[in-house]
Parts: sequence; C-alpha cells; structure tokens
Amino acid sequence: MRVLKELSRQPAALFGLAIVLAVVILALAAPLIAPYSPDEQMFDGLTLEGAPIGPGAQFWLGTDTLGRDLFSRLLYGARTSLVIGIVANGVAVAIGLAIGIAGGYLRGLSGNLIMRFTDLMMAFPALLLAIVLAALLKPSLWIVALVIALVNWVQVARIVYTETRGLSERDFILAERALGAGHGRILFLHILPHLMPTAIVWGTLGIATTVLLEATLSFLGIGVQPPQPSWGNIIFESQSYFQAAPWLVFFPGAVILLTALAFNLVGDALRDILDPTQRGRG
Amino acid sequence: MLAVLARRLVQSVLILLGVAAITFVLLYALPADPARMIAGRSATAATVANIRHELGLDQPLLQQFGTYLSHLLEGNLGRSYAQKTEVATLIAARLPATLTLMVAGIFMELVIGITLGVIAAVARGGAVDRLIMMTAFVGVSAPQFIVALFLLYVFAATLGWFPMSGFGTAAHLVLPATTLGILGAGWYARIVRSAMIDVLNQDYIRTARAKGLSGARIILRHALPNAILPVIAMIGIDIGQFMGGVVVVEAVYGWPGIGQLAWQAIQQVDIPIIMGVTLTSALAIVIGNLAADLIAPAVDPRIRSH
Repeated sequence: MRVLKELSRQPAALFGLAIVLAVVILALAAPLIAPYSPDEQMFDGLTLEGAPIGPGAQFWLGTDTLGRDLFSRLLYGARTSLVIGIVANGVAVAIGLAIGIAGGYLRGLSGNLIMRFTDLMMAFPALLLAIVLAALLKPSLWIVALVIALVNWVQVARIVYTETRGLSERDFILAERALGAGHGRILFLHILPHLMPTAIVWGTLGIATTVLLEATLSFLGIGVQPPQPSWGNIIFESQSYFQAAPWLVFFPGAVILLTALAFNLVGDALRDILDPTQRGRG
Repeated sequence: MLAVLARRLVQSVLILLGVAAITFVLLYALPADPARMIAGRSATAATVANIRHELGLDQPLLQQFGTYLSHLLEGNLGRSYAQKTEVATLIAARLPATLTLMVAGIFMELVIGITLGVIAAVARGGAVDRLIMMTAFVGVSAPQFIVALFLLYVFAATLGWFPMSGFGTAAHLVLPATTLGILGAGWYARIVRSAMIDVLNQDYIRTARAKGLSGARIILRHALPNAILPVIAMIGIDIGQFMGGVVVVEAVYGWPGIGQLAWQAIQQVDIPIIMGVTLTSALAIVIGNLAADLIAPAVDPRIRSH
C-alpha cells in the first residue's frame, strides 16, 4: 500500500503506470477492440495501385503492404510483446536470483566459480549473442523468449550477489545460524524476502529491456515470425516501404518506445521507493 | 600498481578464453549445419559428408576446440567457409569503418550528454531540468533501430541533408553517429547531472562564488572538471555496449563494418567469422573495462587510495 501511495505522488511514475495498464488492457481485450482480424488481407485494404492506405476513418492507423489493418495488428502485437516481456524477463530474474544467491551465499570455490562465470557473461556482447542464437535456432515466440532470458539474467545476478553477500553477514543471519537454523530456513525465510524489492524492481525495468530486445530481433527478421504480429516484425515487413508509407514504421515505433518508457518510469520510481539508499537527488 | 595490472591482464585473457569456449560450444550445439549450407540444397549426403570432413567438423568437439585455440594463439582466426578468405583479414578490412563509427558515436554522446547534464544541474528543480531529464529518459528507452529509421526518414528521405546509407564521406557518418549519440547521451546526461549537483554543493564552489567569480566560470572551470570524472569511467563500459549494438546500426545504415560482416556470416552459418567477430567484440569490451578501471584512478586521486 505504501508503495502505491508513494507511486501516486510522482507524476512521471503515474504516467508510466497509466501506459502500462493501458497496454495490458488493450492486449487482453484485443479480440473485442480490434476492428478487423489481424491476419485478414482485405480487398479494400489496398489502393487500386496496390499500395497501403494511410490512416483514416475506415482504417484508423492505415493498412500494411498486404492490406491488413495496422491498428488490429498493433493490438495483437501488444500480446506478443507482453507475453515475451513477462515470460522472458520472469525467467531472467529467476535465473539471476538463483545464481546471485548461490554465488553470494556459498562461499569458497563453488561460489567463486559461479561469480567468475557471471563475470564471463558480462564480457559477452549480449545483443550479438542473442542475434546469433535467435538466427541459428528456428525462431518462434518461445525461442525468442528463451534467448532473451539467456542473455538478460546477468545483471540481476550481479546485483543479487552483492546484496546476498551483505545480508549473509548481518547479525540476524549469524544469530539464526548460531541457533542451528538450516540453509533452507535461512535462504527462504530470511534472505529471499529481503531480495524481493530487488526482484520487483528488475522484474519491471527488465520488461522494458526485453520488449526492446524482442522488437530488435523481430526487426532483423529473426524474432517472432510473421504472420503472427509483433511490433518489431511489423516494422521488419514494411521497412523497405517506409518512405512511401511512413505510418507503418512510426506507429509501431511509437508504441515500442512508449511501452519501454512506461516500464522504465515505473521501475525507476519503484527503485526509489523500495531502496532508500538509491533515492535520486535533486 | 604493476601487480594489479598483471592480475587484471591475466583475468582478461581468461575471460576471452571463456568467451571463446562458450561461443564455440554454442555454435557446435546449435542445429544449423554449415556443411549443408555450403553444399547447397540439392547436394547428396556424400558431398555434405565430404565437406564436413574437409572443414574438420567431423572431429570430436574437444579436438576441434583444441585446434581452434592453438591457431588462435598464433593469431590465426581460421578461414571463412563461404568467402574462402582468412577471417583475420576480413575483420581487419572492416574494423576501421566500425571504429570510425564508434569514435564518432561516443563523441556525439559526450557532447549531447554533458551539455544536457550541465544545463539540467544548473537549472535543477525547474521546468528545464524536468524537461531535459524526461528527454534523457526517452533516449534511454528508445530502441536503436527506431531512432535510426526516424533520423533516416526526417534528415535523409524528407530533408535530403544526408545520404540514406553508405560509407565514405563525413556526411555518411552524421546520422549513424547521431543515432548512437542520442541513445548513450541519456545515460551521460543523468550521470553528469547528479555528479554536477554534488560538486555544486561543495564548499570550494561556495568559496569561488564568494570571491565573485562569474557563474559561467565557476561551472565550466571549477565544477565541470570534477563532475566529468564518472563519465570517463563510463566511456570504457560504453565501448562494450556499442560493440553489442553495432549489428543493428550498421544494418540500418548499410555501414560496412564488422556488424555487417557478422550479420552476413550469421545467415550463411559461417562459423569462423561469427567466432572472430564475437571474440573481437569481447576483446573490445574487456579493453574498455580495463581502461575504465585504470583511467579512473589516474584522473581522480580520490579513488587511488582504495
């Protein structure tokens, strides 16, 4: 409750939250709102010369090069982005938590090895790795989600590692251990709850990164495959046409940007609220 | 100092070896088959097996990796499957274009980021500050390819100030460098603003003000040099970010750098080139991080004692 109250005091965070809610509702209600089927290539969706139609009364945001309604495709594309955002980022945060906790809690060789592996992954050109994996595997929604999770856990792991190290030296953990508590009890009852703010912050901020990564992979043609609409592959399909039909690039571009911005705004505000030491100045 | 440097160098080499090992295993495990790719769709199984044998792809994984490593230590990155040329030669031919783009991009980032950060800090709390910070936030959230397409549409297709794509003149460089600049500038603006506010609250700034120095002189001569220190450490890390994103920017602008080389190689399952570019990028990241760690204490005596 306190979190919601403080969130509502920040106009930027409220703006972000409103957009996040709007995207979620539009995605869930896509079949109800969409004026046309996202895959239907309509006879009157192209001009007589076969060019896409600009935004107007019949097709609110215009049509694409195959005569499909752009607004309907964007609505269904929101589902793709959100599913990947939530699944891929959820997996990334879970992996990051597991590895970070293991590295921070297990001292000695095993803990050390885990963190050296994380250092190694930090030196990986992440986007290049994602592109290679996505291109060489047969691309599908779940493969894209998996690829993104595989490159995005590293940052979470580093932060969780630092926090777990600090936590496991605190007096209440030492006392708990002196009383004879097992590892399971310490980890699940004492360390994990303290890491929840971090998990929530990264669970939000990471969705922005994930949405951008999915859009980038799909834009390169190695992400979600058409005809399943994704904001990135709508641009991929129309980029060679974008001088003649700029709306086909600008509308999807704008929703990608707005969605990423919204999750970043909310995540940033949550970080300020949940972690007083990180509170922004000014 | 020398001991630290030596340890960091050994660590860097180990990290590069690790990157090589992971990439090698991943490329080996992925379902894409380079031998079939080279042979073409209509090739018989015997032809494919022959090519596989010629490339040494029928050997056990460990033996393949051993061969690759021993060649790597001699500076030999192997030969491209599709282009039949030394990978080192191909990368060396493309590297100047990528490095030019990187330097220009970082320059744009610094100019935009520091300017906005300083203005925001000086006007802190006001409408200008909020506007700049909001813009910086949008910049941070924007995907590269959308910024690139937007700039192309406005400044190349509509206004015609710059060429659509290609390489060679300074005009070709402006849009790709600005694309990179806009994205990184958001981070720099935030860091500079926060560092600048710290500095402006310090006693020596009050002293400077008390002795009657002009506002501009205080900001540019006394405050900025101190506020800029965290940015210097960021540049090293930025090189890594840049190397990751290079494929996208080069693809949109048709910039003939190693990103394009990698993109082409990925589509042809040309494993030696993919390995070579990944290692080159990882090397850039490692050098960037190393530089950040070494330069920060060199320019900022306060960090040195730690």
